[in-house]
Formats: sequence, structure tokens, C-alpha cells
Amino acid sequence: MTLATAILLTVITAATPLLIAAIGELVVERSGVLNLGVEGMMIMGAAFGVVVAVVTGSSLLGVLAAIGAGVALAAVFALLTLGLAVNQYASGLALTIFGLGLSGVVGAPFVGIQRDGIGRIAIPLLSDIPVIGPILFRQDPFVYASFALVAGVAWFLWRTKAGLILRACGENPVSAHALGYRVLRIRLYAVLFGGACAGLAGAYLSLVLTPFWTAGMTAGRGWIALAIVVFASWLPLRTMLGAYLFGGLIVLQLHAQTAGVAVPSQLLAAMPYLITILALTLIMAMRRGGGAGSVAPAGLGQPFTPDR
Amino acid sequence: MMALVLERRAEAGKWALLAAPLLAVGLTMASSLVVFWLLGQDPWRALQVYFIWPVSDAWGLQEVAVKATPLVLISVGLALCFRSNNWNIGAEGQFLIGAICGGGVAVWTHGWGGPWVLPLMLLAGAAGGMAYALIPAVLKVRLRVNEILVSLMLVYVADLLLDWLVRGPWRDPMGFNMPQTVTFARDATLPLLFDGGRMNLGSVIALVVVVVAAVVMARTLKGFEIRLVGQAPRAARFAGFSDTRLTITVFAVSGALAGLAGVIEAAGTVRQLLPGFSPGYGFTAIIVAFLGRLNPVGCLIAGIFIAITFIGGENAQIILRLPRDMTLVFQGLLLFYILACDTLILYRIRRRVPLQGAQT
Repeated sequence: MTLATAILLTVITAATPLLIAAIGELVVERSGVLNLGVEGMMIMGAAFGVVVAVVTGSSLLGVLAAIGAGVALAAVFALLTLGLAVNQYASGLALTIFGLGLSGVVGAPFVGIQRDGIGRIAIPLLSDIPVIGPILFRQDPFVYASFALVAGVAWFLWRTKAGLILRACGENPVSAHALGYRVLRIRLYAVLFGGACAGLAGAYLSLVLTPFWTAGMTAGRGWIALAIVVFASWLPLRTMLGAYLFGGLIVLQLHAQTAGVAVPSQLLAAMPYLITILALTLIMAMRRGGGAGSVAPAGLGQPFTPDR
Repeated sequence: MMALVLERRAEAGKWALLAAPLLAVGLTMASSLVVFWLLGQDPWRALQVYFIWPVSDAWGLQEVAVKATPLVLISVGLALCFRSNNWNIGAEGQFLIGAICGGGVAVWTHGWGGPWVLPLMLLAGAAGGMAYALIPAVLKVRLRVNEILVSLMLVYVADLLLDWLVRGPWRDPMGFNMPQTVTFARDATLPLLFDGGRMNLGSVIALVVVVVAAVVMARTLKGFEIRLVGQAPRAARFAGFSDTRLTITVFAVSGALAGLAGVIEAAGTVRQLLPGFSPGYGFTAIIVAFLGRLNPVGCLIAGIFIAITFIGGENAQIILRLPRDMTLVFQGLLLFYILACDTLILYRIRRRVPLQGAQT
């Protein structure tokens, strides 16, 4: 394996949790709901994933538990914002605070328990293709899942009637409602899907990337996933591009750190956050200048109550 | 479909203004009883540790004031932001930058300062917090960049900056290589108010800020503008109020207050800078602001209450061996309940009565 392939492999590994969480949030936001609780759902997924995997000895059960934890937290969010029409910003923040706390409590007895990560699966024939074979087709199951999610979401949102209806709920819930669509129910499904994705992304952190539990191990990745959705103009393929860009930057920072670049390690560690700000600023400056991209769903973040 | 629907109330019930936060606190306590029971603790004893012990002696009461001070200062500023639909959730970063700027003055003047050091520190802290909060504010009004994400990302940056400073350039040369600054000189510390505790002048400053903010909100045009923009943005625009100016103003004020809280924590309570300097006051203050109904006096009451649970959480960690993150769980729960109870004010829940021949 050449150095370049090795680096690209680590880029994909670093980008995959961002991609999975961001693609879930993209669907949520396309339905008109802004769930700021991605960080909370993600860390719950990470905690429940590793705890259940350690207790049962099964990685698969761990992954399922992680998805379940994300969905459960998303359900609480849905109850508040859809059922009770509560402010979405504040509910998302509550979700993050609650998730960070509960994950810490649940994970506390498991700190430092190491387990084998989930191995890679080589796809026959395809993995033998030079260069791209090892990068794309000799990966862990999560990476394949992320590819499938991007393709599936892109197909669903733009090639199916259900996807069109979901986007209509995000653009103009009042009209969608007037046409007879059940806006709240559709938004509920979207929010739960987002929770499942965030939970799955969390499982990737604690079962593959660093196969043990440390409190706060998401380290802002949920927030970066939110930023990627904005950066990607709410488009699935650009979300993939955005996630790999961020993954690449994170890897670059790690390599610089180990190479002993004469810059404080804290500055390198701050790079992902600074770059997020820079990327958001650049993309907004471009849009202002009539640049590319569809903009945010028109109904994003506004509560909807059907009987008004 | 659901048989229950939300119906907007014609006018918010006055009773609900007070009832909702009290109900939320009650529900949180009830939930915590269940959690304690699930963890195999004696629920009543746990409640005592959390809510009663912190206020059962003079030293404890002073500690409550010490913890409430930053929470109240930050939440009063955040209340202004949230009321006018500006989502500054990076107060934690502004708090740290305030501590860094104020603490920087203390480190720089160490050994040759005078009575002028303390006022300069407070000024530097507030200015630093304000400048840091203006980054998301300016990006928001100029380019419509999402202020939530920018202000939050800056928290991580501030945290790493503090870490670098106390491990690198500002490390105490006599500190046995510990990552911390010198202990501040007398000129660089806020005076204590009473013997036998850590309550200091910072608590008085916080009280003054609450009074000023309450008067501004209730009695001045600016206060009216902030309330109007939050409640009826279109009406505010017709009245000629500028969104842009208001966003800059509330971010500047909330950043300055968070920075002030940071320097007060540094000069009054911790008296040096070190990593992990803040137990997350900037995030907890978000909950305080909502529990206090985005009202300055409400923030004072809510801040004191949350401060009690903060100390209760520390006690529980030692006495009951409960994980430290338990406090965060209760804070998250409390915010869920506050928000849910808020719905009781804006809406009432009614059974849906289908109209004849019409699908609603």
C-alpha cells in the first residue's frame, strides 16, 4: 500500500462519522426541522454502542443499541418540537446537554475498557482494482453504509414522490398541509431518521475509530456535521464532498502533530473549528455574490401547528 | 391522527408565567427521585444532598453566591439575545476569553502592580468577551453566517487558547511545571465580603447588573425594542428598528457580561488561570436564562437555584459516589421540562372536535 492510499484511507475513516450524521441531519432539515441536538444524539450512540457491545460481546448489538439511543433522543425532541411546538433551537440544545450528561453516566463504569474494533470487509473483485480498490472496497461496514446512505437519500429526496412531499413540508408546511399531507407525521419520520443516523455515527466513533469509551469523545463532531449541511447547501452529494474535505483537514492536522511541526499542538487541534467558521463564511460570501447552490429550506426551524 | 390538538391561547395566562418554571422544577425533582432509585440510592437522602445541604450552613450559602455569580451575569446577557432571536450559545467561550484577558493583566503586572490593576482587569475581561462575541455577530449581520455554529466553534478555540497559554507562555515559573499561572497578587484579586467563605465583590457586581438590566428592559426604548423584535419582528421593522444594530448590541452586551463573569471568576474565586477553569458555566447559563423566563430578575432567582444544584452535584459526587455528569442529566431534563411547560403558556391542549363535512 502506498503512502497516498494509506492517507486516503484515514481520511475516509475520519470523515465517515461526520458524513453519516450530516446526511441524517440533511433529511431532518429538508423536512423543515432544525435539530441542534446532533452532538447529544451522537454521543449517546457512542456510549450505548460501546457499553452494549462490551456487555453482550456483540458489535452488531452495540450498533443496534447506538441507533436505538439516537432514535430515542430524537423521539424526545420530536415530542417537544412537533407535539408541543416548542422552540427548536432550545430543544436541540437541551438534547445536547442531556445527551452529554447521560452518556457520561452510562459510560462511567466502562472507561478504559478496550475491545477489538470492527474489522474491514474486502469486497471480492472490486477490492482488487488498483488504487481505488483498497480505498473504497476494503473498508469497514460503516463506510459502505455511509455510501449507501448518501445514494439512498439522494435518490429518495429527488426521485421519489415521498421525497418530494418531505421537501414540500420543509419549504412550505402550510401549503403541504393544505394539500392534505400530514406535515407533523412526515417531520416525525425525518427526525427519527436523523436520530438513527446520529446514533450510528456515534457507534462508529466508539466501536471503530477509537474502540473504547471516553467522556465527551464526540468533541464537537455533531456540531461540525451541522455545519457541513449548511456548507453543502442541503444537497447529499455535496454533503459527502464536505465531509471528506473536513476529514482530510482533520487527518492533515494529526499528521502535522506527529510530524512535530513547530506550531503549538493546541493551534492544530483548533484547526477543525477554525476551518468550520472559515468554510461557513466563505460559502455565505459566495452565495451573496450570486454563487452556486440551493439555499436553506424556506420553512426551516419554524414550528408548525396544523390547526392554525 | 391525534385526537388532541394545540390551540393558541388568546392571551397568555398570568398565572402560567410563574407556574411553568415551578412545575418544571417539580417535575425535574420527581424525575431525579426515580433516577436515584434506579441507581440504587436512597432517593430522599440524595435529594437532601442535592438541594438541602448546600444551603444548610454559612459557608455553603457563600458558595452558592460564588457559583450563582457567573451564572446570573452570563444568563442576563443571554436573555437579551434569546429575546431578540439572536442565538449566542458560545457564552462559554466569551467567559473563557474574559478570564484570559483579565488574567493576562494580572500575570503581566505580577510583582509591580498597584490598586489600578483590578479595574483594568475587569475592563479587559469585559472588552475581551465583547470582542469575542462580536465575531459571530458581525458574520451574522454582514454575511448571514449562522451565529449558532460560529459562536459554538469559538468555545473550542477559546478552550484550546487557554490550554496553550497556561502550559506555555503564562506558566508559573515556580509552579513545579504544573499547567497554571502564578497565583494572582493581592492587587489583582477581588476582595472577600465576609470571613469564612469565598463570596467576593463579584456577587455585588452581579446584583447591580441585574438591577440595571431589569430597568433597561422594563423602562427604556431599547428594552422595548428587544422585546418587540422577539415577539413581533414584522411590527418592529415597521417601527423602524434595525435588526442589524440590535444584533450587534445584544451580542456585545452578552459577550461583555460573559467576559466580566470570566474575569470575576478568575480574580475573585480561582485567583489564577488553569485548564478546566470553568465547569461549563457558559452552557449552564443557557438553562438559567430559560428557567428565569428570559427576564433579569428571573435569571437571578434561577441562577441561585441552579447554583445550589451545582454544589449539590459536587457533594453527591463525593458522598454518594454519583458520576459528575449526573448534574448535566438533570440540567438537560430541567430544560426539557421548562420548554414543555412553556407550551402551557402559548397554547392549550384540546380534544379535536371534527367539523361536519370538513377535514381539519
